Amino acid sequence: MTTDALQVKDLVVHYHTPLGAVKAADHVHFALRADERLGLVGESGSGKSTMALAILRMIKPPGRIETGEVWLDGRNLMTLSEEEMRHVRLARIAMIPQGSMNSLNPVTRIRAQIADALRDHGVKLSRRQLGERVRDLLQSVGLTPQVAEMYPHQLSGGMKQRVCIAIAISLRPKVIIADEPTSALDVVVQKQVMETLARVQKDLGASVILVGHDMGLVAQFVDRLGVMYAGKLVEVSPVRDIFTKPLHPYTQMLIASLPSFAQKGVFRGIPGLAPLLRDLPPGCAFHPRCPQAFDRCQKEEPQPREVRPETWAACHLLP
Amino acid sequence: MTTLLEARDVTKVFGGGLLDRNTTVALEDFSLAIDSDRPSITAVVGESGSGKTTLARLLLGLAAPTRGEVRYLGRDLQKMTQTEMRTFRRDVQVIFQDPYEVYNPFYRVDHVLTTPVSKFKLATSRAEANRLIEEVLKAVGLRPEETLGRFPHQLSGGQRQRVMVARALLLRPRLILADEPVSMVDASLRASILGALRAMNVERSISIIYITHDLATAYQISENIVVLYRGSVAEAGDVELVVKHPQHPYTQLLISSIPVASAERTWTTAEVADPAIQAAGQAGCKFADRCPSATPPCLRKPPPLFRTAPHRAVACYLYQNAPVLPGEELEAAFVTPAPPTQEISGPSQ
Amino acid sequence: MDHASAPPRIAPRVAQPGRLAAAMRYGRRNPSLVVGIGLLLALVLFVGLGRVFVDTSKARPLSAPALQSPSLEYPFGTDRQGRDLLATMVAGTPLTLRIGFIAGFLGVGIGSILAFVAAYYRGALDAVIRGIADIGLTVPGLLVLIIIAVSIKESLTVDQMAVIVASLAWLNPTRTIRAQVLTLRERSYVEVARLSGMSGPEIIVKELMPNLLPYLGATLVNAVSNAILASIGLEVLGLGPIEAPTLGMTLYWVNYNAALINGWWWWWTAPIVIILLVFLGLFFLTVGLDEIANPRLRRAA
Repeated sequence: MTTDALQVKDLVVHYHTPLGAVKAADHVHFALRADERLGLVGESGSGKSTMALAILRMIKPPGRIETGEVWLDGRNLMTLSEEEMRHVRLARIAMIPQGSMNSLNPVTRIRAQIADALRDHGVKLSRRQLGERVRDLLQSVGLTPQVAEMYPHQLSGGMKQRVCIAIAISLRPKVIIADEPTSALDVVVQKQVMETLARVQKDLGASVILVGHDMGLVAQFVDRLGVMYAGKLVEVSPVRDIFTKPLHPYTQMLIASLPSFAQKGVFRGIPGLAPLLRDLPPGCAFHPRCPQAFDRCQKEEPQPREVRPETWAACHLLP
Repeated sequence: MTTLLEARDVTKVFGGGLLDRNTTVALEDFSLAIDSDRPSITAVVGESGSGKTTLARLLLGLAAPTRGEVRYLGRDLQKMTQTEMRTFRRDVQVIFQDPYEVYNPFYRVDHVLTTPVSKFKLATSRAEANRLIEEVLKAVGLRPEETLGRFPHQLSGGQRQRVMVARALLLRPRLILADEPVSMVDASLRASILGALRAMNVERSISIIYITHDLATAYQISENIVVLYRGSVAEAGDVELVVKHPQHPYTQLLISSIPVASAERTWTTAEVADPAIQAAGQAGCKFADRCPSATPPCLRKPPPLFRTAPHRAVACYLYQNAPVLPGEELEAAFVTPAPPTQEISGPSQ
Repeated sequence: MDHASAPPRIAPRVAQPGRLAAAMRYGRRNPSLVVGIGLLLALVLFVGLGRVFVDTSKARPLSAPALQSPSLEYPFGTDRQGRDLLATMVAGTPLTLRIGFIAGFLGVGIGSILAFVAAYYRGALDAVIRGIADIGLTVPGLLVLIIIAVSIKESLTVDQMAVIVASLAWLNPTRTIRAQVLTLRERSYVEVARLSGMSGPEIIVKELMPNLLPYLGATLVNAVSNAILASIGLEVLGLGPIEAPTLGMTLYWVNYNAALINGWWWWWTAPIVIILLVFLGLFFLTVGLDEIANPRLRRAA
């Protein structure tokens, strides 16, 4: 039985606004195995980015982690002090946030930015050793040593994103969370960046959570895929099954809406709109848009159950 | 064939002023003509730096070409009179990429609909204006009572984009230029917008130029496709041929990089070199530095378009045995689709 | 196409939660605004009630025995020329504020027009306006004001003071508002407006200006504050309207009569406290307006 690298149990995150509490993440529960790549797919407002931030305890007011546990290395991250959590971030679990390539300091060379991260975590190396470490990191993401002396504006989008990956892995974390790492990149560059991430993961023996909205992109990279809707995890399934045997109606309709090269001229979307997270419908959050909804769906919220080995889904239609 | 909108040998160069020695050639000797006799849907596909955004701005008359002309009904946009320009602004509408930025946050969404009605005098009374607006909203699958009176942030990205399509319809255009209309919209809502565009073409005889980086949606909606790379045409023609059997190495690279939503791993091709960051003033084919099939002639002179089939053209020396197609006649390689005979599934809300 | 089963996503337009309740809730999130408005209201109250209960004619010299320390009859005491200082403050505060408001409004008014025109049309017009503003900003403002004030031979009125201060008050607003308009004009909705047939001036008034109202408000308050400071500065130097009992002129007399050394503490305490309240009020108001204008500064609930 493989050990789990990360366990998320019953995580609830609410944003408190003057108009009410926005339930951004609602009792999310999943485990990330060692050496595994897990995808979290969802549209805007599904709660996937909130999940990524919550795992690292980076939710800022008015958001608050109401309850839940996140287990890493045998410790519940929710019980750690802020100082201890700071040590955990980057050293044990690293994140490549959305738009991170635009967050590189424009007036500092790449070398200094990577070194900053190392120094901040108490890595004491001589100037020469630091330089070597930076060079090794750049090499592991497929960049030449010359990049260390450059400024961010001299790099292309793909290269900047690979620098962000280098910073994320600089302390050899065991878990990497990548939130939309390729969203602004061209399709060819996107593939390069994802391949870099895959290589890096294998070298480190780490696990990756890939958060994104592009189901195709996520599917090409991960072993297991989780689908989020309205703050809830509605289905988790291995990639080999989810496209052939999707269980939850939302997953089915989402897959059907993706444009393919197989069929032309058919436009199938999901009717209606995602619910407001502060005004969720009673029962199952998807029932207003679900063509297979029946009366139980309006009253009772479905709980996730292991319907097949390795596959969980939350739907009343399932046995 | 009479042309509706055309670009003739258009080149756009940025920079190169008194104090700025770095010039960027965004678009080079580009020609494209949209036929006025029959409504068509043409896709222009390219990544960042391909020149597709520049092309959109040139075709809309929001920027002037450095060389060449953009003509509407035979008249050069830069030389049009006020009246002719007004007609152009009615006949050619645009849908922008960002469904949020196009709305002034100070006003309700009604503002983008009422402004063209009043400026172009489309209605003589308030009642008639309201009727017109409700009609176009319904045409794109929106319910007026749920849409009007709201502020932009109260609608979803998909709804906002559909209001923009409705706005485009108000003026009864002949051509709609859609610049990445669905790239910032959620996957499940894209179908309704694409369906609406397709319905515009079929039901109202509106031609569409669909500019995007997303080959999948381009394939879904268009009949003909032009693939741009760094300001020049790499490949063009019948979308079925170009997408299913790409001939240009760049098109092949593009298609093989698209992640397909399936359990099969399709990312199997070898890694390709990064494009050189500064490649200004490069002689020869623009793709040569990354092309696995490059030969010395590729580095000397950029290849012309070779017509490898009645409905496709490729700018690559690999096909130099095929007859040359002059750039100005690009549209000759386009396929003329048969008028629709079967039911097209309309916008599914 | 219609899905009758799908309820509308947005709640029907019901009455908003009470406006007062919403305002109070916002007040908790934006304490600076509340403090600023409070201080300024207190001053307005002081002047308003003062007008009713105090005889402002006593703000003139020889109205009362000189150099009385505060007592029941003269709560703020009297000065060397025999002015009742309470009456002086009640009469003088609105005058000082008036100078500030006139100069501030004139400055921001002129500045906005120049800024919008320069930023929207760009080109030569922009270069000229920007050039003049830049050169003007490098010249030390107080020096220019002193020179102008000194060269006017007749004694000044309060309104003339306002115009003098306004002559320089437009420089900074022009630059800052121009910068804001430059960013706004690149927005897609401006392009859409242009494509919908709107003309340049229409776009400036209908599309750009409404989005800048909070920013203009904050700039206005800032300009008023600076104008008051400039006018007080001129008055303390003796270059103000000699006969008016403005706050700055009172301080001028304080200096002239060496009130500090002579221990007539009530003479300089009153104007300084009031000036402090004015500036604190305007400052907190600016901070509060800034938060409305710049959503990124908004604090969490």
